[in-house]
Amino acid sequence: MAVVMNSSSDQKRLTQTPLLKIWVPWMSCSHNRRRGSSVPQFCNSPTMIVMVGLPARGKTYISKKLTRYLNWIGVPTKVFNVGQYRRQAVKTYKNFEFFKPDNEEAMNIRKACAAAALSDVATYFTREYGQVAVFDATNTTRERRAIILNFAKERGYKVLFVESICEDPEIIAENIKQVKFGSPDYADRDFEEAMEDFVQRIDCYRASYMPIDDEKDRNLSYIKIFDVGSRYLVNRVQDHLQSRIVYYLMNIHVTPRSIYLSRHGESELNLLGRIGGDSGLSPRGQKYANALATFIKNQNIKDLKVWTSHMRRTIQTAETLGVPYEQWKALNEIDAGVCEEMTYEEIQEHHPEEFALRDQDKYRYRYPKGESYEDLVHRLEPVIMELERQENVLVICHQAVMRCLLAYLLDKAGDELPYLRCPLHTVLKLTPIAYGCKVESFYLNIEAVNTHRDRPGNVDVNRNPEEALQTVPDHI
Amino acid sequence: MKHRSPSEQHHGKRARAPADCLTSQEAMDDKAPSNPRELTQNPLKKIWMPCKNGLPENHISQRRVCMTNCPTLIVTVGLPARGKTYISKKLTRYLNWIGVPTREFNVGQYRRDFVKIYKSFEFFRPDNEEGLRIRRQCASAALNDVRQYLTSGGQVAVFDATNTTRERRDTILQFAEQNGFKVFFVESVCEDPDVIQENIVQVKLGSPDYTNCNSDDAVEDFMKRIKCYENSYETLDEVLDRDLSYIKIFDVGQRYLVNRVLDHIQSRIVYYLMNIHITPRSIYLCRHGESELNVKGRIGGDSGLTPRGKEFAKKLSHFIQTQGISDLKVWTSQMKRTIQTAEALNVPYEQWKVLNEIDAGVCEELMYEEIQENYPLEFALRDQDKYRYRYPKGESYEDLVQRLEPVIMELERQENVLVICHQAVMRCLLAYFLDKTAEELPYLKCSLHTVLKLTPVAYGCKVESICLNVDAVDTYREKPENVEVWRLSEEALLTVPAHQ
Repeated sequence: MAVVMNSSSDQKRLTQTPLLKIWVPWMSCSHNRRRGSSVPQFCNSPTMIVMVGLPARGKTYISKKLTRYLNWIGVPTKVFNVGQYRRQAVKTYKNFEFFKPDNEEAMNIRKACAAAALSDVATYFTREYGQVAVFDATNTTRERRAIILNFAKERGYKVLFVESICEDPEIIAENIKQVKFGSPDYADRDFEEAMEDFVQRIDCYRASYMPIDDEKDRNLSYIKIFDVGSRYLVNRVQDHLQSRIVYYLMNIHVTPRSIYLSRHGESELNLLGRIGGDSGLSPRGQKYANALATFIKNQNIKDLKVWTSHMRRTIQTAETLGVPYEQWKALNEIDAGVCEEMTYEEIQEHHPEEFALRDQDKYRYRYPKGESYEDLVHRLEPVIMELERQENVLVICHQAVMRCLLAYLLDKAGDELPYLRCPLHTVLKLTPIAYGCKVESFYLNIEAVNTHRDRPGNVDVNRNPEEALQTVPDHI
Repeated sequence: MKHRSPSEQHHGKRARAPADCLTSQEAMDDKAPSNPRELTQNPLKKIWMPCKNGLPENHISQRRVCMTNCPTLIVTVGLPARGKTYISKKLTRYLNWIGVPTREFNVGQYRRDFVKIYKSFEFFRPDNEEGLRIRRQCASAALNDVRQYLTSGGQVAVFDATNTTRERRDTILQFAEQNGFKVFFVESVCEDPDVIQENIVQVKLGSPDYTNCNSDDAVEDFMKRIKCYENSYETLDEVLDRDLSYIKIFDVGQRYLVNRVLDHIQSRIVYYLMNIHITPRSIYLCRHGESELNVKGRIGGDSGLTPRGKEFAKKLSHFIQTQGISDLKVWTSQMKRTIQTAEALNVPYEQWKVLNEIDAGVCEELMYEEIQENYPLEFALRDQDKYRYRYPKGESYEDLVQRLEPVIMELERQENVLVICHQAVMRCLLAYFLDKTAEELPYLKCSLHTVLKLTPVAYGCKVESICLNVDAVDTYREKPENVEVWRLSEEALLTVPAHQ
């Protein structure tokens, strides 16, 4: 693999890393040069995203969602929820009086919690390779924000404030219902009690709330979100990462809706145990398409958008629905490069080392002249962005693609992602609720071959073929 | 011939369904689900589409990239010298490049066509009845042309004028409502005298209005012109205009106020506008040094540099040093030849997979002669429509543009950048900067061992071509005369450049 260069030239040799298939100089490791990910580096210094806003304004919702998104696109991110620290420190929550501005003891506890959270942020950046920390708290006073800014400045962290402003009583009430009642703080309270206490809690903050000031704070980087996204004020975006964060925040919404994920119906190549290719549906696959049409009809979905890839099998499946659909090239199955249309047995026979490397790190492994799951995530990002903008959508795609989308929606990490179960002839209905996603799985009762290959026990390059092929599902 | 893998190295987005389609329920009731339409693969773009009797049906999802259901009217707002025309032209260029047919309509142009000779700022005085009448007429004429454009294939029209009064904007809103167009306002607010001054120097002094004026007189007149608008200027108001869709840009991008983004295209426009800047800088584009496969006349692949290619890399390094560029970012693809080239520069660089060369699918590593021999039909189709033609199991230039969009977005954010890439990729990037059409793009000349230095100036881009004087094979194949599928081999291969 290494390129033999003229010894007279002072150019270094290049070698291609076996897993990622990235060309790097032969002896590069010690340099501080960024190498080999399919995604360009977003920023050099760690970034703190600091939430601002009264309780029940969606700060935690935004924090968790943003964190999920950033981790999915490959930016190590973590949420630091100060309320969590408070619940650790004060085992039992009595009532809103804890939050009264004249409650000195409570004030001290709360300050200590914020400090503890900040300390953990520093640890996350310096020792755990974190890149973004989302500091989720009300941060409603200038004084508190000044402390955070100092903290960040001392350590060379960038700061982006995200303020959520909302005075619509309906939204706030809905908010409280969806997430506050489930909170540990109100575990043994009834509906009315909890609501009343929480409203008084909000009032405790109101008097001292100082929103980010467009004049005084004009040198800070921030985005203000008004009324759940009808308006935004964006100030001094510093770099690529902040630009992406702002773009993401401006595309998400809270309108109730469902996302349906399904693979194409069983294909001819599926039956033969062959990966990739562009084959058509098998007879059972066609039956599934019919069943899917009936299923969708019975779901009575308003304004459903249907998306497919450019590959015949997804389009054939969509055609049966009899509704308009959009073809996205980005939804095409992972490119298996030289292994396209091979069975696992053939891959083991012709490329045993590749086969082993894939089992060692299935997420980052790139097929020769093909792609990796990591590459897939990168090309699916615009699909995710558009999914966020849309409401009811049915995505008819492929196994690896569906795993990536599912991982985003269910917050699954890179090591789990390539092993998520996405069987043929099963529709997953995902409905956002509270801070996460409800999943309903519908198997449409049409038999299909199994295409899920578990990670085998032995992933060493020196394993025997039997060990490698142990987990290969049956096929013709 | 071994089948090549469909290398999916891109973000693709295809056609959107139109507004007037049936609801899911209605549509499903009409069609019998057990009789799906047959699919056939369109020979040019390799898109699967339903067909009847072997002929493709007019299928909705095959429409070109259509990011909005109804046409959109972008309306600029702002005092003179606030960058409205700069933004209009740039936005138009970007939207056209990503495949959204867009055109700008500059009302000042209409005025210049009507009032042949510009005398002075007095024309713009608010009490100049005659002037007002003419200006209103020009605005109407422009709106008429907008209507014409948006109802005959155009998707976005940029209405570039001051539009500083609520009255004028209401007129436009009514016009849009009557015609079913969505409206998105882009207001530029700036009070920094330095920025305004620089603006005037860059674009106003060269304007036809001031051809026979010396600089000082021109600036003085223009300042008075701005004054004419100031008194009646009604900025977009957070309360009064809360139901409108708009973005307000403050101080060349320090701050943005975004209100009621309605759809995908508006969201993309906002994202783009929030990423552009006007800090002076240069973008350097070049290809990798000559590669082993280049000299053999073979396309694609992942070969290394020839000795001449390495020579180029060294010279590139010297060239970059002599340019004395501050904070230069260097980007390459993930193919060996670009990385080898960058290595010679001895500076940190970033590898982008999306900068990889166009995937020629089953034709990877073939010579043109071999393509003609084995895939004569494909070869002809490619010559018929080189922009849209997709290699079997490969990509088209159109696909390339889609996957390069994040590169363009990041190039807009950055300052000095050197992009070491490939022939087709460089053509796409160049077409964006120089506003080339889809027909021109695949035939842009991007020779080996030549650096293009692009410097934004006024409303466009200055291009300097620097040949680093290292010999290299020619990889440019002209469109041959005969592009018919039944042409002879000789006719097909007429324009193939020489190789080993």
